[in-house]
Amino acid sequence: MKRLPMKLIPLLIAACVVCLALAQKDESAQRKHKPSTYEALAEVPQKARSRTNPFEGNASEATAGGKLFEQHCAECHGPKAGGTRQGPSLLRTEMQQATPGTLFWILTNGVVRQGMPVWSKLPEQERWQIVTFLRSINTHRTTPEIQ
Amino acid sequence: MAVRLSIPGARLFGRFRFCSFLLLIWLLFSYRSSSAQESPYIVTYDHYLEEPGSLEVEYFSTFGTQRGGNDFHAFWTEFEYGTTAWWTTEFYLDGQTTFSDSTPFTGFRVENRVRLLDREHFVNPVLYVEYEQTSAADKILKEVEGHDAESDFAEPNSALRKEHDHELELKLLLSSTFKGWNVALNPIFTKNLSPSEPWEFAYAVGASHPLALKALPDRCNFCRENFIAGIEMYGGLGDTHSLGLPNTSHYLAPAVAWNLPSDWTFRLSSGFGLNNNSHRLLLRWGISREFSGFGELVRRLFGGHA
Repeated sequence: MKRLPMKLIPLLIAACVVCLALAQKDESAQRKHKPSTYEALAEVPQKARSRTNPFEGNASEATAGGKLFEQHCAECHGPKAGGTRQGPSLLRTEMQQATPGTLFWILTNGVVRQGMPVWSKLPEQERWQIVTFLRSINTHRTTPEIQ
Repeated sequence: MAVRLSIPGARLFGRFRFCSFLLLIWLLFSYRSSSAQESPYIVTYDHYLEEPGSLEVEYFSTFGTQRGGNDFHAFWTEFEYGTTAWWTTEFYLDGQTTFSDSTPFTGFRVENRVRLLDREHFVNPVLYVEYEQTSAADKILKEVEGHDAESDFAEPNSALRKEHDHELELKLLLSSTFKGWNVALNPIFTKNLSPSEPWEFAYAVGASHPLALKALPDRCNFCRENFIAGIEMYGGLGDTHSLGLPNTSHYLAPAVAWNLPSDWTFRLSSGFGLNNNSHRLLLRWGISREFSGFGELVRRLFGGHA
């Protein structure tokens, strides 16, 4: 079978980059027109909402959660969780009212169609540490120092 | 060491490689990044995709022993981009050095992974589609398929590189995460696009677990939470003419990943051949770095707003 000429490789790559840029633009546009990213909070099953956080109120776990937030979440949600173009603010009233179980469920399952990936690759305890951090910034509105 | 490119378009590929190198240097020193949590698997895939808008640049090496021929060092560079939260696309460039022989570029691969379900389930399916154009001198052994055997690689590069393959590869990536454990199973179906060639079958299975399930409050390089240990097993299952285990090769490979807070990930895997058709040892290592916001940069390049 005839091989694809090598000189086509850069063209193929350029075509891929254009396609990816268009896909990115399309997804951004879709995100803009979604009624509210926070609606995903309402879709969390009742059983998941009622789960309790084993680290609730633990300052040390909140600090560890802050470190994990900085490593995995800050890129989209901002270093102080105030939101960026890529991800919503986590300091809104909807977040303050969300139960720890709700936050844990969203973190585990993501909101894939709206751009948030699943984070079940982080062990369960690390996800609870992040929830503890998010609860701490929403309770006190003073961010524990991110390492 | 003289590097000899052995297929047409070598000069163009050389320029392309130089530009890629410059791009990589720019990315490494000027770009913001985010810490990844990569699995230790090198052959097996779990169901986790690249974060949307992130570009992961990876380099992998495989040192393989060869009975009846010269040992080799095969290597590939991988550009993995998260197009959306449910779609990841990748581009590979492969090469190899066979000791006391030569160093040819052996081909390229384009792959796409699409997440089939929105939410997490006990088993999470991801569809994998890859097109590859490689020569028979390709020795990265990213997959071991059909009746692949060690003896296929014993010939000198000058003979191997005369044969070229166009292949379509389909995988169903099944993966489950429970109590810190990840278990992944990949049935593999490969079709050489030459009409006379049969479908080939293969498998890859892996299990992994982090050394610690909870993060420490302090930033650290050597703490257990940064390490994930695992084991992979992979091999061929014959083809449509002869399905089954006879004349196939299989490997068992303990592996470890070290995810540094400075955004780098190192992987090490030592694959041991399980039968006489297998290479005795496939020692693999890899280094990768994730660049967040790459998609935003490209989008702005095409007229989007910051």
